[in-house]
This record gives sequence, structure tokens and C-alpha cells, in this order.
Amino acid sequence: MEIDILSNLALGFSIALSPYTLFLAVVGCFLGTIIGALPGLGPSNGVAILIPITFALGLDATSALVLMTSVYYGAMYGGRISSILLNIPGDEPALMTTLDGYPMAKAGRAGDALVLSGVASFVGAFLATVGLMLLAPVLARVAFMFGPAEYFALYLLAFCTLGGMASKNQAKAALSSCIGLGIAMVGVDDSSGLPRLTGGNLHLYDGIDFLVAIVGLFAITEVFFFIESHGKDSSIGVKLEKLSIPWKDIWVTRWTMLRSTVIGFIAGVLPGAGASLGSFLAYTIEKSIAGEKGKFGTGVPKGVAAPEAGNNAAAGGALVPMLTLGVPGSGTTAVLLALLVTLNITPGPTLFTENPDVVWGLIATLLIANVVLLLMNVPMMRIFVRVLQVPAWLLLPGVTMVSFVGIYSLSGSYFDLLLMVCFGILGYVLRKLSIPTVPVILGILLGGHMETSLRRAMVLSNGEWTYLFSSPIAIGLWTAAVLGFVAPLFLRKVIKKPERVED
Amino acid sequence: MSSDRIFGLIAALVALAYIASATQIKSGFMTDPVGPKGFPLLVGSVAAVCAMFMVFKPDDNPTWPGLRTLGSLLLSVVVLVCYAYALKPLGFLVPTALAAGILSYQISPGIKSSIGAGLGLSITLFVIFKYALGLGLFAFPKWLIG
Repeated sequence: MEIDILSNLALGFSIALSPYTLFLAVVGCFLGTIIGALPGLGPSNGVAILIPITFALGLDATSALVLMTSVYYGAMYGGRISSILLNIPGDEPALMTTLDGYPMAKAGRAGDALVLSGVASFVGAFLATVGLMLLAPVLARVAFMFGPAEYFALYLLAFCTLGGMASKNQAKAALSSCIGLGIAMVGVDDSSGLPRLTGGNLHLYDGIDFLVAIVGLFAITEVFFFIESHGKDSSIGVKLEKLSIPWKDIWVTRWTMLRSTVIGFIAGVLPGAGASLGSFLAYTIEKSIAGEKGKFGTGVPKGVAAPEAGNNAAAGGALVPMLTLGVPGSGTTAVLLALLVTLNITPGPTLFTENPDVVWGLIATLLIANVVLLLMNVPMMRIFVRVLQVPAWLLLPGVTMVSFVGIYSLSGSYFDLLLMVCFGILGYVLRKLSIPTVPVILGILLGGHMETSLRRAMVLSNGEWTYLFSSPIAIGLWTAAVLGFVAPLFLRKVIKKPERVED
Repeated sequence: MSSDRIFGLIAALVALAYIASATQIKSGFMTDPVGPKGFPLLVGSVAAVCAMFMVFKPDDNPTWPGLRTLGSLLLSVVVLVCYAYALKPLGFLVPTALAAGILSYQISPGIKSSIGAGLGLSITLFVIFKYALGLGLFAFPKWLIG
């Protein structure tokens, strides 16, 4: 088995180390870090607006995957720059980094905080990739035992845990999943070949492209929020004075990083839980280990290292269920799943046996991307920091135009563009009412599969619905789904999420 | 309170309409036990229940923007819709410059900066998309350049 992994890894590196692929990885890391650092753009919306463009470029599957995963990892790295210097988290998991990162930067240690968090990101992401390498093939073997009933329960689990974690209100999270699932039903039904819920509109016969929904909900919604705030959130933040490597802080936080990596990785592997939970748990656990004396929240190195290691480890962990089962664990992995589907790669256990070059090429790229990012981050930090000064009035119109061109180049139809604007409006209303939008995307992505697995299960059992609970795996998944949905109701009273620090 | 109630009510009505149109779905003659209606009906029903939860157990109201901001949001939607229609017949440069300029003005009102953003974005993005990435965009309307 160990030999298996090594030979697979050798295959992966033979793909990832070709000059062209390596070039794509470096470009992706650089672009990604800039996207992550841009205030108002995070990994998910950054990757989302680039998918249609990458698709239009006509890259082959491996190249596109290498480029976009490098962008994804780069954006995870870059996100901390705006968290620490501006107190603006690029996405939800980055919120935890602002808690100690911003106070540390205000105390004149901005450079230390940036380098330390970079090292923590590296530790988290690198070890998580190793974990992915060990765990994914095992899980893929288990996944071969999954029938349609198990898959149905698994999809349900993803919606339940994602909804349970992402929102303060279970009804809102479930409604959001239903919106996505409902939209996924629009179009021609595969098994009967007849149109469903199209209202006779020919544009809708092919269904609603999930890329249109993703770009609308992530990018266009963001533009509306900036118009509402008139760019007031783009604060000036803290200046970066000196930049050196804080060896002492790195050494002091070594155990924090390792613990947070393990916690983050586990949180990431749980389907639906994702990176927010990873960084949140890592921070909270380190805070309670350190106790009152730890002074968490006042700008201590451990408070910076814990959420960054946790966050990045969770991002790596989230790839495990995404690759082996086709169930994304977070908003960003949902976007990566969309990328795979666009490239005609079906994630799942067969991916490991039928396209080992894709999987292991991807894993090798992740390892390389991490090293590239670590090396890139210290010497090039000043360039990335300059990106923070891009004003909102230039950035957001730019994001809009890139989104329009991307979606337009997919189909060349104005209808998709209108649909994208509608999704932007929907996203604005949903976010205003604190209804999470990630379940909508997950619903659109997984709706078809979820329905198919239900229908197949019922064909197998001749319509006997108890078949859905007939195997131990299915029962386990159903139990986890119910727990994942109900437990946060009680936990929410015990554990409170920290609020963003105010100036 | 009332925002959630209103949204919940609208969502419930949409869910009912969705269920109603799902019952109209035609099945082919080879059907499985669930059929093409089953899953949409299930999703619609769950959505209706959740929506009613929002009506009866609403959260606190979010802070909605004032009338002026609402106006500029509406204007930006109109701009985006016009841009969607204009992109094909009018070419890339002019609609993009206008739309980007107006959006930029909405985010931060400044005549010079928004003209700069409009022109700059339009030309830079065109060069990147057309020449660096090789996407098939037209700078000007086809009838103009022949």
C-alpha cells in the first residue's frame, strides 16, 4: 500500500513537474495570491469568475485543474493579507485570522504577522495534502460500496451539515438548499427526455448552468454590497514597515500549528462542514488551551497561527470528500467541483482508478504549489501588499466586467447574462436576510445526482422506501445527517462565534 | 421581524407555484416508481415548510438601505441588464466603458475617477481578453467595421 502511494506520487510528479505545468502552477499561485489579497474577493468568488475564462481558453483538463487549484491555494494564502492589514476577511474562514492578526499589525508587527501566518498556512496546507494522499485512496475504496441509497443519504448529509454550520437558522439554511435543488430540476429530464419546469422557455431546456449561478451569487452580489456601502468598507488599514522572518514566533507556535492542522483537516473531511469550522475550532481550542494568560484577541502569535493552519488544513481536507465522493465540503470546494464538472471529470471513487493521472497530478501540484507559495510569499510580500490599495471603484466594476465576459464566452447568449444578474439580485436579498448562499450552489450542483440516486434506489427496491435505510452505511449517514442538522441548534447556545474586532 | 415574514410568504407562494407546475410534468411511458415529478414535489414541499417557519418564527430585521441607495442599486441593475443586451450588438468597448463607468460612480462618486475606470477597464480588459487570452470579442459593432 505504501508502495502504491509512492508509485502514484511518482506518476503525479511526472505530470506536475513538466515545465509547462510548473509554469501554470506558478502563474496560478501568483494570480491566486493577488485575488485573495484584493479586498472584497475571496477564494470562492475569485475562482468562480476565472472558471468560465479558463474554459474559454480551451486548456486541457489537467492544465486547467493545475491552474485553478493553484489559484485556489494562492487565494487561501492571499486572503490573510487583507485580513491582517485591513481587518477585512476575504471570506468567512478568514474572519478568525483578523481576531489576532489585525491587533498584531496595529501593534507594529504587521510583517511578523504576515510571515508567521504564511508559515502556518504552509504547515496546514502541506500536511493536509499529505493527509489527503493517505486518506483519499482509502475512502475511495469505501466509496465503491456505496449504492444509490447510500449516495442519496450522503447528499442529504452534505446539505444538513452545511446548512447546520453555515447559518444561525436551520429553516433558512434548508430553504436555501431547496432553492438550489429546485433550480437544478429545471430543464429536460434525463430519464423521460421531457422538459420540466421550463415554463416553455427554450433557453431553459438545457437547464440552468451552475457557472451562471455561481458567478451571479458570488461576484455580482458582492458588487451590489459594495454599491450599498459606497466602498466605505475599503479601509486604509495598517502600513507594513519592516519585513523579517520571526523565527522565535514560528518556533513558539509549532505545537499550535500542528494541533490546528489536525483539527482543521478533520473538520475539512466532514462533508459540508468545511474551512469555516476548521479555522473556528482551531482558534477556539487553542484559546482554551492557552487560557486567560494566553491573551488571545490582543494580537498574540498563537492566535494568528492557529486559524491559518486550521483554515488551510481544512481546505486540503475538504478535497477528500470532494474527490472521492463528489461531495464538496465548503463554498470553495463547491466551486472546484463545478470546475471538475465543467472539465468533464466526474469525481467519485472511479476517478482514482480510471483517471489516476488527474488525481495524482493534482496532488503533486498541490504539494508543489505550497512550496512555491511559501517561497513566493516572503520576498514578494511588498508586491502583494500594494494590491490592497486597489480602490473599490476600480476593482468591483472590473470584477463585473470579467464576470460578464466569462459567462458571455461560455454560450454567447444574452440570456445567461440576464440570468446571472438575477442570481446577483437573489444573492443580495438572501445575504441581507442572513440566508446562506452556498447551499443554493450545492443544490444546483448536486440536485441532478441526488434525484438520480433516489430514483435508482426506488427502481432497485420496486418503490419500497425503507430500502433507503437498509444498509449500515446508509443508516450511519442518515443519523449523521439528522445530528448535523439538529446539533447546531443546541451547540449554538454553548459556543458563540466571536465577532469581528472593531477599531 | 417583518422582512423575514414577507420573504417567507413570497417563498411559500413560489414553492406552491413550483409544486403546482411540478404536478403538470408529463411522464414518459416508461416510468420508475418515483417518476419525474417525485423529487420536484418533495423539494417544493420542504421549501414550503421552511418558508412557513420563516413566517412564524422570523429573525430580527436586517438594516435595509435608504431610498437613495436603493435607487442606485436599482439603477445598477438596469445598467447591468442593458449591458447584457448591448454586449453582442454594440461590441465590447463602448458598452463596457459606459457600464464600468456608471458602476464605478455608484461605488464612489467622482467624475474623473469613474471616467478613468470606465475607459481604463474597457481598453485594458479588451486587450487582455482579445490578445493575451484569445477570446472571440469584437471591439466595435460588426456593422460599423464591416
